[in-house]
Amino acid sequence: MSNILRILFQRLALGLFTLFIVSLIIFMGITLLPGDAAEAMLGQSATPDTVAALRVQLGLDLPPHTRYFNWLLGALQGDFGTSVGSGQQISSLIGTRFANTLFLAIFAATIAVPLALILGILAALYRSSVYDRVVNVVTLASISMPEFFISYILILFVSVKAGWLPSLANVQTGVPFLVRLEMTLLPALALTLMSVAHMMRMTRASIINLLANPYIEMATLKGIKKARIITHHALPNAWAPIVNVIVLNLAYLIVGVVVVEVVFVYPGLGQLLVDSVQRRDLPVVQAACLIFAATYILLNLFADIISIVTNPRLLNPK
Amino acid sequence: MNKMRFAWNEFNKAPLTAKIGLLIIVVYVFVAIFAPLIAPFGESEIVGRKYLPWSNEFLLGTDNLGRDMFTRIVYGARNTVGIALITTLLAFSLGGIFGIFAAVMGGWTELVLSRVVDILMAIPSLIFSMLLLTIFGTSVISLILIIGVLDSTRVYRLARATSLNIVVMDYIDVARLRGEKIGWIIINEILPNISAPLVAEFGIRFCFVFLTISSLSFLGLGIQPPTADWGGMVRDTADLITFDDYTPLIPAAAIAILTIGVNFVVDWFLQKTSGLKDEL
Repeated sequence: MSNILRILFQRLALGLFTLFIVSLIIFMGITLLPGDAAEAMLGQSATPDTVAALRVQLGLDLPPHTRYFNWLLGALQGDFGTSVGSGQQISSLIGTRFANTLFLAIFAATIAVPLALILGILAALYRSSVYDRVVNVVTLASISMPEFFISYILILFVSVKAGWLPSLANVQTGVPFLVRLEMTLLPALALTLMSVAHMMRMTRASIINLLANPYIEMATLKGIKKARIITHHALPNAWAPIVNVIVLNLAYLIVGVVVVEVVFVYPGLGQLLVDSVQRRDLPVVQAACLIFAATYILLNLFADIISIVTNPRLLNPK
Repeated sequence: MNKMRFAWNEFNKAPLTAKIGLLIIVVYVFVAIFAPLIAPFGESEIVGRKYLPWSNEFLLGTDNLGRDMFTRIVYGARNTVGIALITTLLAFSLGGIFGIFAAVMGGWTELVLSRVVDILMAIPSLIFSMLLLTIFGTSVISLILIIGVLDSTRVYRLARATSLNIVVMDYIDVARLRGEKIGWIIINEILPNISAPLVAEFGIRFCFVFLTISSLSFLGLGIQPPTADWGGMVRDTADLITFDDYTPLIPAAAIAILTIGVNFVVDWFLQKTSGLKDEL
């Protein structure tokens, strides 16, 4: 067991170190810019005195490393400073939006994950059949489509022509859960169509790799039934790759929502990020990037850890 | 002449999807090269009222400023595909050179380069490119540089991994003992041996870069107006979709069809090269 703990600890330390470096990169972005937040907030007509005063108030007169640690400590406590554009607290801007983004991603994942796993395992089991070939072509095509293409096709056919679902998903706070589900179904479907293809191909590839192992051939030669081979020989080793596929896909979904949120006018973090990039509101961009990057890194770390603790070879040391 | 015949034979044996893919690529290249001859109007010329319906004069109607949609689709082949191609070439040269270099040098060079690449890849690329675009501003040059550098990390990984298999071969040792320079070894011994996976990767990276740039342009952060660009055109005409109008889907489909074509060809190529390995 100590072996597995050591590997886990190493992986955890590496993940946190990556997070630290990434936060440093995101923070350094602001120091590269000519001018700073104080000048941006006050505009060109401000006198040097008022700019200097605001700089002191915002703590911008401190040396970079002090500012970095203040920023990081604040971010860890949920305080990201104030927006340059609106002067609002960034944490209040981001809170509900991040929850909305998570809601959409999880909604899409609950549809996409089971669908992708079933399709992927079937394609692997019936490899080179007509089904496998058709699925290959269809998924290849859907991976090739830009996200906004899929989204607008859905809007045109499901919402405008058929009138089944609303085309905009601008949910407000306090909307009842069922109404919320209905409003976000179309963006969730768009995300599903995008991610199922990826996930399915990954599932198929990992199952095929697994079935190529000598011990599967051995089991077949011993005359064990196909179902039992799957459940007793293949699956224990398949958990790691499958969980990996799911978690990586969740990470992909949370990050990939940006375009879908903009198309459906969904009030999520991605839309806020796009707006802030256009307004060059750096503190908000930094905060949003940090949250996206941290979610992505932590989910990847989680996938690594799961694949370590479910690995039969590591769990049963010789 | 022999090579031509060989290529023709290979083409005849290719699956239908690959043939369709090749045909698509040829059509796009043709349109991109002869854009000014095909397009009936100027690239950003305002030719009529805004949002005119499809007609004989304006094949696909006009956009939100009254520019001819068909003309802009044709010029988009030049701009969008051209910029994506330049970016991919940049990503490829950077990633390829550093990847092979790391594999040949080994030791600290490889360790440092690989850690840097790991960190860069830990940040989701669309988010990272948006951060960098805020810092450096949204211009075509910064777009090409940012996406090119970020995407080179993936090429680096592949180039390094494939050349590591070659570096351990005896003939590399022989070349080193002969006193050949690093550059000579890379060009004459390593590159020819890793070209097959790299060519396939070029297609995959092109699709990825093309989709990323289109998405950024769609979000208003990529190629800036008045340059005709497919992602931006979807954004310009998006309002029409609620009036049961197909127009916004046309530029989006232009993006999708080219990516599908390239992917079909890459898929065929990958199956061919991996199939050869099986026979050995």
